[in-house]
Amino acid sequence: MALVCVHGPLRKLAGGRPEQEIGGATVAELLRGLELEHPAVAGWILDERGVIRRHINVFVNGERGAEQTAVAAGDRVEVLPAITGGGT
Amino acid sequence: MTELLLGTKKGLFALEGDPRSGEFDVTARAFAGEPVDFAMRDPASGRAIATTTSPFYGPKIWFADDPSGEWTQAEGIALPEGGDQALERIWVIVAGEGGSLWAGGDPGVLFESRDGGETWTLNEALWQHRIDEDWQPGGGGLCLHSIVPWPGEPDRLAVAVSAAGVWLTDDHGDTWRKGNRGIVPRYLPEDAREDTFQLCVHRMERAKLDPRRMFIQFHGGVYRSDDAGETWGEIGSGLPSDFGFPLALDPSDPDSAYVIPLTGDFDRVTPDGHVRVYETRDGGETWMPRGEGLPGHHSYLTVLRRAFDRAGEGPALQLYFGATSGDVFGSGDAGASWFTAATRLPPVFSVTTS
Repeated sequence: MALVCVHGPLRKLAGGRPEQEIGGATVAELLRGLELEHPAVAGWILDERGVIRRHINVFVNGERGAEQTAVAAGDRVEVLPAITGGGT
Repeated sequence: MTELLLGTKKGLFALEGDPRSGEFDVTARAFAGEPVDFAMRDPASGRAIATTTSPFYGPKIWFADDPSGEWTQAEGIALPEGGDQALERIWVIVAGEGGSLWAGGDPGVLFESRDGGETWTLNEALWQHRIDEDWQPGGGGLCLHSIVPWPGEPDRLAVAVSAAGVWLTDDHGDTWRKGNRGIVPRYLPEDAREDTFQLCVHRMERAKLDPRRMFIQFHGGVYRSDDAGETWGEIGSGLPSDFGFPLALDPSDPDSAYVIPLTGDFDRVTPDGHVRVYETRDGGETWMPRGEGLPGHHSYLTVLRRAFDRAGEGPALQLYFGATSGDVFGSGDAGASWFTAATRLPPVFSVTTS
C-alpha cells in the first residue's frame, strides 16, 4: 500500500482525508484504485484513456511521476493541481 | 421578467430583467473563475444545467434548482474507457421532445439524458460514425454544437458538427445519415469539395411552425433547407458578409432568421466596426440591418456561435446576444431596437433565455 495525499479541491472528492493508503503497482493503478474507493473523483484526475489530466501533477516520493511510474509499499504519492498560468 | 443564463470564460452569470425597459441585473454568479461553456434551464423541470471545462479537471455537466445554490455533478459525461479519445468539452444542451435532454460536444459526441440531466448516455451510433470516418476538427475543435429536435416527433433529430456537417436521424439516434447536399465549402479547393463531409457548420436551427425549414450559418455562407436538411441552398447574398457564427429564428415565422455577420474568417469582428444584427422575413431573399441602439463606431466585437438566443415570438420576440468583449445586448421588439443588458462581464461563450 502506498500513502496517497490528494491536495486542493480534489481532496474533498477523494474522501476528505489528508492521507490514505491505496494499493497499486503503478501510478495509474493507484489512481484507478482511488477512483474505486471514491467514485466522486472519477474523471477528475485521469481521463477516459487513463491519462493524467494535463494540469494535474503527481509526485512519487518527491519525484515527478507519470502513469506508468512504479509504486512500492510505503511510497508517498502526492496528487495536486499544477501551477499554471499566463494565458488569462 | 426574462432570465438570461450566460456561460462565460470566468463563470456562469444569471441576469434578470424587463425587455420593455431594458433594465437587467446580475442575480447570480456560479463556478467563479471556471470556464462555463453553456448554461440553460430545462423547460420540463425548471432546473438549471451548466457545462464547465476546467483546464485542470476536464469537462463536466452540473445541475441545480437555483443557479446561486448548490450544484451537483451529473454522471455519465465521458467517452468509453480505454479508447484513444477523451472528452474535451460540452458545447450545448438542448431540450428534446418527450422529456429528453441532448448534449453535444467535442470530439463530435452526443449524449442523451432522460432524467432531467442527472445521468447521461453516449449516443453510440453517431460515435461509431465519428470513429469510422475520421472526422476532422474546425478551429474550435471537433464540436457538435447544434441539436435541433423536430416539434412533436421525439425520434427525429438533426445535429451539426464542425467540421463534419449535418447528421439526421429518424429513429431517436439508432441510425444516422448525412444531410449535406448543396453545402459548398469554399475553404476547400474546388476539386476537393464534391464528396467531402469536412463541412464547417457554425450554427443550425429549425423553424418551429414548418419543421422541414431549417437554416445554417456556415463557415462562409448562410443556407436554407426546405426538406428537413436533406438539401441546402445559399441565401446569404444580401448580407455584408456571409461569415458569422450565431443564428436565431422567430418561432412564429418560418421565413424568419437573424444572423450577426463578422467580416470574414480572416477578421472575426463585426464589419467596419458596426455591430448589426441582420434579419430576413422572406427566407433569405432579402436581409435588413437591425442596429438601432447597438454600438456603431469602432466597435469590433466577436459573437460566438452559442451566444445568441431568443424568447417569445412575433412582434414581441426578444433577442439577446453576448460578445467576447463582455457586453450583452437585448431587444424586446424583434430587433427593431436594442439595449445594453450588461457590460464588462468576462468573455461571453453562450446565452440562453428562460
